[in-house]
Amino acid sequence: MPDKPLSFQDLILKLHDYWSRQGCVILQAYDVEVGAGTLNPATVLRALGPRPWKVAYVQPSRRPADGRYGENPNRLRQHHQYQVVLKPNPANLQELYLGSLEAIGIDPRVHDIRFVEDDWENPTVGAWGLGWEVWCDGMEITQYTYFQQVGGLDVFPVAGELTIGLERLSLYLQNVDSVYDLRYNDEFTYGEVFLANEQQFSAFELEVADVDVFKRHFEDMERQVPIILGSRGRKGEQLVLPAYDHVLKASHLFNIMDARGAIAVAERQSYIGRIRDLCKQCAEVYVAQQGGNA
Amino acid sequence: MPQLLLELFSEEIPARMQAQAARDLERMAREKLAAEGLLPGALTAFAGPRRLTLVAEGLAAAQAERHEERKGPRVGSPDQAIEGFLRSTGLTRDQLTERDGLYFAHIHKAGRPTADIVGEMVDAIVRNFPWPKSMVSGVSKLRWVRPLQRILCVFDGEVVPFTIDGHVSGDLTEGHRFMGTGQAFRVRNFDDYADGLARNFVVLDPHERRERIMDAARTLCFARNFELVEDDGLLDEVAGLAEWPTPVMGDMDPAFLDLPPEVIRTSMRVHQRFFAVRDPTTGFLVPHFITVANIEATDGGKTIATGNARVLSARLSDARFFWTEDQRVRLEDRLEKLKGVTFHARLGTMYQRVERITKLAGELAAFTGADRAKAEQAARLCKADLGTGMVGEFPELQGVMGAYYADKEGFDPEIVDAIRSHYRPQGPSDEVPALAVGATVALADKLDTLVSFFAIDEKPTGSRDPFALRRAALGVIRILQQTRARLPLKQFASDDLIAFFADRLKVILRDQGQRHDLVDAVFALGDDDIVRIVAKVSALADFLGTEDGANLLAGYKRAVNILKAEEKKGALPVGDPIASAPGEEGALTAAVGRMEAALDKALDKEDYAAAMTALAALRAPVDAFFDKVLVNSDVPAERDNRLRLLAKVRDAMGRVADFGQVTG
Repeated sequence: MPDKPLSFQDLILKLHDYWSRQGCVILQAYDVEVGAGTLNPATVLRALGPRPWKVAYVQPSRRPADGRYGENPNRLRQHHQYQVVLKPNPANLQELYLGSLEAIGIDPRVHDIRFVEDDWENPTVGAWGLGWEVWCDGMEITQYTYFQQVGGLDVFPVAGELTIGLERLSLYLQNVDSVYDLRYNDEFTYGEVFLANEQQFSAFELEVADVDVFKRHFEDMERQVPIILGSRGRKGEQLVLPAYDHVLKASHLFNIMDARGAIAVAERQSYIGRIRDLCKQCAEVYVAQQGGNA
Repeated sequence: MPQLLLELFSEEIPARMQAQAARDLERMAREKLAAEGLLPGALTAFAGPRRLTLVAEGLAAAQAERHEERKGPRVGSPDQAIEGFLRSTGLTRDQLTERDGLYFAHIHKAGRPTADIVGEMVDAIVRNFPWPKSMVSGVSKLRWVRPLQRILCVFDGEVVPFTIDGHVSGDLTEGHRFMGTGQAFRVRNFDDYADGLARNFVVLDPHERRERIMDAARTLCFARNFELVEDDGLLDEVAGLAEWPTPVMGDMDPAFLDLPPEVIRTSMRVHQRFFAVRDPTTGFLVPHFITVANIEATDGGKTIATGNARVLSARLSDARFFWTEDQRVRLEDRLEKLKGVTFHARLGTMYQRVERITKLAGELAAFTGADRAKAEQAARLCKADLGTGMVGEFPELQGVMGAYYADKEGFDPEIVDAIRSHYRPQGPSDEVPALAVGATVALADKLDTLVSFFAIDEKPTGSRDPFALRRAALGVIRILQQTRARLPLKQFASDDLIAFFADRLKVILRDQGQRHDLVDAVFALGDDDIVRIVAKVSALADFLGTEDGANLLAGYKRAVNILKAEEKKGALPVGDPIASAPGEEGALTAAVGRMEAALDKALDKEDYAAAMTALAALRAPVDAFFDKVLVNSDVPAERDNRLRLLAKVRDAMGRVADFGQVTG
């Protein structure tokens, strides 16, 4: 590790620099609320179809149920995921990944890096893959997955996905215990940037959000998806990209209702099934638009 | 003799799949080679985190030449038939021989080179390998457990050339991901290979990796006068996670030692794959751990130790949060939550199950000698910990946590013990609850499982036993055997469940060296008291092992055969034989009478050794009877009396067991 560990911001810049050099498109975060970097259409949709794709981006990921009013040192209602997708996954993806660790100062001759079996799945988008959680000195720093299916459809060529929880990795690199004490850069702490967000959004999402309103919104979004998919653009194409935005919105509205404790155990599965169906509709249209699966 | 070396080099293979993968590789190779008539002197497979390796010693360079004689058409058959035969054999007419008026073709098949067969074999292995879960990657449709990177295949010092879905075979391998040279290196045989790997920090053999871990971990502990808490399952897993396994001792914040040791150990094992460390004199955990790294770090492992310690602290902080939060709610108040937990879609909620177990425990207490109120109280609380945060995090601590929380609430020690031990015995090597209340709740837990699943017809079939009902039945039997509780199972179980118990009991007794036909013989009497059944089987086995027993069994069978044969001719005479018959007939009649009196007494006292002694007294008179008396007398009254006597012998013996079910 270098003498002065990377700030939160420098960590992102180093990763951007590294993956940019591997030919990745460096995207800005998607501007619709998502619960995980995977849900960004740059991963979920681009993983599908026959076309190659290389991307890296930081995705703020909103998980209302994890809100702790800024009082818990490492649980956040919004954290940041660094997301890399390479399709088709190159044969040396592991090497590239380990190169990214060295780029941020993790020396594999000092730190114990291990690939521990972990099969990833996300039932809300009908996706699964095989891979590992990558451990650094016993801490999970990356979810490493070879996508096999998304939206219930086979992913081929296969997309390799790397997801890094930036706050957690930063805590480790900076050797501090509270995320709010992280150096965001040389002048500001993470707390100065995000503490107020955590406090206010926790209160809103856990106590204030009007469940009836959110439920109505959810149903609106749900109804919109097939309507948008049934509409055509100027080239006669189905409007799958805007339709998918509405799936994301539905998913986030569900997460807030869930955080409010408004979803009964028995209802949960049915909500997740509804979102999965919407996602599947989008995935099918997207794949057809791309000329089918290879 | 030539040697074959095969290495399938891939990205990290899940630890839990490695041992089976080595067995499958060895088996698939053996089957293919055998099918081709190639028998290696030795065949060994190794599995590790990044490679499956097979080495076959002493293979022939080629298959042996094969001669085949094929029978053809009759001499003088139409030309068409003969030409057809020539086409199929590839011979000309003058190469055929004649014998017994038939044409014969002698075909020589040159043996194929072993290398060709190996190429086919590897192709078949790679394409059909039975991974529990496999995947595709990149643009390849080839399925493997994780991306396959390279195939090394060398036979007799030469590369066996083939290509499988873009993977060209070669003679290259590589060492440790971080500690090796980073360069692939060439190997020509297994010795090269093993040396090269060792020089590049790879321990090929999983047994050696295990030993390396145990040796180093014990040494680290010994140096500080600690003792490793051994864990075989964990050892297997960590030996599958590192090519150069290197134990490192780290420190744990001693403040966490106030957590229950089970919690610390489980958190270490489940989350971090750490071994716990204890004080050999007190047996208490000490604030340290052993992690098994994959490298010998350049700083001696300091960074690894501190990094892992930080992660452990975060984990144990979570555990402490659950430990304190859980104690804010009384177990009794958690029962309500179980109404929302489904036990099984057709068997209602966990709350309903608890109600059933509680009622059952109350009824069973009368038979186990447990305090009824305590048994009911313990049963009522035994599942309450399922709603706690700690059990949510570590399901394997169910029961254990309930006991800790019950103890904190000040419950009676027997109740605490019962909550802790009621899942026992969980396997053949697990102990039965030692105290009466615990045994009672454990019985109720298992009986409810069995009765419930049998009621909805979810019985085990073949190897399918998703609800572990066989284990539950074995548990019931073992608890009854150990506590000597005299439980009339029929009061609690349906007929098919009783039959299921009989089957399980056979398995147990067979494992203890008893004959299963004796279990059938005793069960046939309709007894449902496991303790009594086991005692009878054991006495019966002893008896049949004696000369008297074996002879009496033969006499019994003879009597039954005669009765059966006579029954076919018409109804057997009913009633008792007369007491005044002469000779051996009279002697046997008297002996049966004496035997029955003795048997009554013995059975009454459940003294089965005495019951067998009573039976033994019949042996001599039965033998003498068959020796001297002709059953099928011409005098109908004599015949009838003798048949009555044999029926009486059969029935009297039948009070102990159904000897007709005993073989031999």
